[in-house]
Amino acid sequence: MNTLLETKDLRIEFPAGDGKWAEALCGVDLSLDPGEVLGIVGESGSGKSIAMMALLQLLPKGARVTGSARFKGKELIGMAPSRIRQLRGKSIGCVFQDPLSAFNSVLRIGDQIAEAITLHDRSISKRAALKEAERLFELVAIPQPAKRVSQYPHEFSGGMRQRAMIAMALANRPELLIADEPTTALDVTVQAQILDLLRDLRKDLGIGLVLITHDLGVVAGLADKIAVMYGGRIVERGTTDDVFYHTAHPYTAGLIGAVPSLDGDGPLQQIDGTPPSIFNRPAGCSFHPRCSYTQPACQAGVPSLMNTGHTDCACHFPLVKPRAEVAE
Amino acid sequence: MKDTMPYETVLSVRNLIKEFPMRGGLLGGEVGAVQAVSDISFDIRAGETFGLVGESGCGKSTLGRSILRLIEPTSGTVMLGDKDVTAAGSEDLRQLRREMQIVFQDPMGSLHPKMTVSQILAEGLRLANLPRSELTAQIARLIDMVRLPADMVDRYPHELSGGQRQRIGIARALSLNPKLIVLDEPVSALDVSIQAGVLNLLEELQSELGCAYLFIAHDLGVVRHISHRVAVMYLGRIVELAPVQDLYANPQHPYTQTLLSAIPRADPRLERERKRIVPKGDLPSPMDPPPGCRFHTRCPKATPLCAMETPPLAAKNSADALVACHHPGPVA
Repeated sequence: MNTLLETKDLRIEFPAGDGKWAEALCGVDLSLDPGEVLGIVGESGSGKSIAMMALLQLLPKGARVTGSARFKGKELIGMAPSRIRQLRGKSIGCVFQDPLSAFNSVLRIGDQIAEAITLHDRSISKRAALKEAERLFELVAIPQPAKRVSQYPHEFSGGMRQRAMIAMALANRPELLIADEPTTALDVTVQAQILDLLRDLRKDLGIGLVLITHDLGVVAGLADKIAVMYGGRIVERGTTDDVFYHTAHPYTAGLIGAVPSLDGDGPLQQIDGTPPSIFNRPAGCSFHPRCSYTQPACQAGVPSLMNTGHTDCACHFPLVKPRAEVAE
Repeated sequence: MKDTMPYETVLSVRNLIKEFPMRGGLLGGEVGAVQAVSDISFDIRAGETFGLVGESGCGKSTLGRSILRLIEPTSGTVMLGDKDVTAAGSEDLRQLRREMQIVFQDPMGSLHPKMTVSQILAEGLRLANLPRSELTAQIARLIDMVRLPADMVDRYPHELSGGQRQRIGIARALSLNPKLIVLDEPVSALDVSIQAGVLNLLEELQSELGCAYLFIAHDLGVVRHISHRVAVMYLGRIVELAPVQDLYANPQHPYTQTLLSAIPRADPRLERERKRIVPKGDLPSPMDPPPGCRFHTRCPKATPLCAMETPPLAAKNSADALVACHHPGPVA
C-alpha cells in the first residue's frame, strides 16, 4: 500500500531575536497509510499541532521549515502556495478545536460549504453545490439538513457546529483528514457523538485521519497507532495497544498514570515540574528534569528512537529493554 | 475514591433558586426568566469533598457562586454552620467569607497581574489584622503549604506556570482557614501532568486542615478521584446525589448512566468492547426547559408520566443515595 503521508526529519524553527532560532519541532518522522488513524498525543507546547500546520503551510510568516513531508509522494515542504491551496481543503481536510471561529458568522453555513466545493471545482453550479452540502449534512448526521444548510453558525449548538465543520472538511472527498483537538471544546456526551462519527467516516469512506489531542482516552478508542510528543520530539510511537500496554517511555507512563480513571484507586501519578519552553530546552533528553528515572547520561545526549520489541522509544533508560535502533 | 465518614454539616443549601431575567422585544423589557438553578437542596459535611458535575449550561457554576453570594440567589437559604448566608448583611457577609472561599478555573484571570505573590496573599490576610512580622511568616507558611519554593513571594503571576498560579489561588483561599472552599473547575485549564499534582495537593491539604470542598467540574474522572459524594446536575436540577462508589459503580439515573458511558477511557481494549449510551438529540435550551423531568426528551426510559410530573430527589437504595427519576434502576 502506498503511504498517504510521510514526514522525515521535519523541523520547525522560529526566530528568537539576535539572529538566533528556537527549534519548536526537532526532527519528526511520521507515517500514515490510507484509511489509518494516527493519534498524536502531547501537552501544550509539545509541538503536536505545529507539525501538521507546517505541512499545510499554515504557520506564521518567519517560521523556518526544513526536512520532508510527502503526501502521496508529493513533497509539501517548499511547495508553491498556489499548489498547496489546491491540496488544502481538497485532498486534505482540516477540523479544528473551535468550530465557531472557523466559520464566517455572517454567511449561511450551507453557502460556506458550497463555496468550499465550487472553489475546487468550477464546473459545479452553486445550486448543485448546495445540494451537496445538504448530502454532507446528512452524512455527518445533522438532523433536518435541508433546513440547516440555510442557517447561520450562531443557530448551531457546539456539537452541531463541529459536525458542520467536519462536513465542510469532507466536502471535496479528502483522502486525509487532520483533526486538531476536534472534541476538546465539547461536553462529554457530545464528544462521544463526534468520536462515533469520526469512527464511522473512517470505516465508510476509508480516509486517513490524523488526530491531534491531549486526551489519551480519545486516541485509545480511535487510533490505530500513536505518537507521543514531548519538547518538539516524538518520544514514543507504536500501535495503540503497544503504547498503552507495553509503554517504554517514562513520560508516556507518567501521562497514563496521571489520568484519573473511572475504576482505579490511590494517588495520581504526578509529573513534577513543567514542560520546557522552546527557548530554553534542557540539554540531552528534554524530559530529564521531570523524569523520576533520570541519570547523568540523560543530560549528555539526546536519545534517538529505538525499537523495544513493541514501541519505538527515545529514552536512554526505557522501561522495556530496547532491541534495535530504528533504521532512519 | 473514599469512604464516607460520620458527619457534621458545614453547609446546608435549601430550595435554592437563581433566575436570570430574559430581555427581549422592541423595548428590551423583561419577557421571562431563565432558571439556571432550580430548587436545589443538599448538605456538605465537615471535611468532605462534595463533587458537582454536569455539562456546560447545567448551572453548576451558578450554583457555586450563588452559595457564596457572588451572585444573589433569587430565593432559598444557604446556611454555613448555624449562620444564615442568604440573610446576612454586607458586613456579616464579609466576615462569613472568611469561612468560605473560592478558587476559579482561570488562575491568570483571578490573580491581580500587578501584584506580587506576597501582595496577593496579604490581601486576604488583611481581614485577619495580623502584625507585619506575623504577616510575612504567615505568607511563607502558605507558600510552603502549597509546595512552592519560598522565593515565589516576589514573583508576579505572569512569571509563574499555570500549575503554580493555581497553587497561589489555592494558597489565597486557604489563608483565612476557611471551613469550605468552592473549587470551580480548578484543574480544567491545566495539562494532565500538572493537573495530577494539583489534585494530589488538594487531597493532602484537606487531610491536614480538615476543610470541606465543593468541587465543581465537568470531568467525571477527576470528580470521582477527589470526591466523597457526588451530585449530577442537568438543566438546573440535581438528578442524582450519592456516595462516590455508588454513583460510579451503580448509577440509577439514565442521565448519569449516559454521562458515564460517554467518557473516553484511556484503555484501548476497554474502549473497543464497551457500548456507549448515546443520548437522543441536543441539549434543550435552558430558556425553555422541558416540563416534568427535564431529561425526558432525551431519555431511553421516558414514559408519559415523565413529561407531566417532576420527579423529586428521593432516596432509593439507601438513605444516602438520592435519585430524581420516575424509573430509576441499573442500566438496561
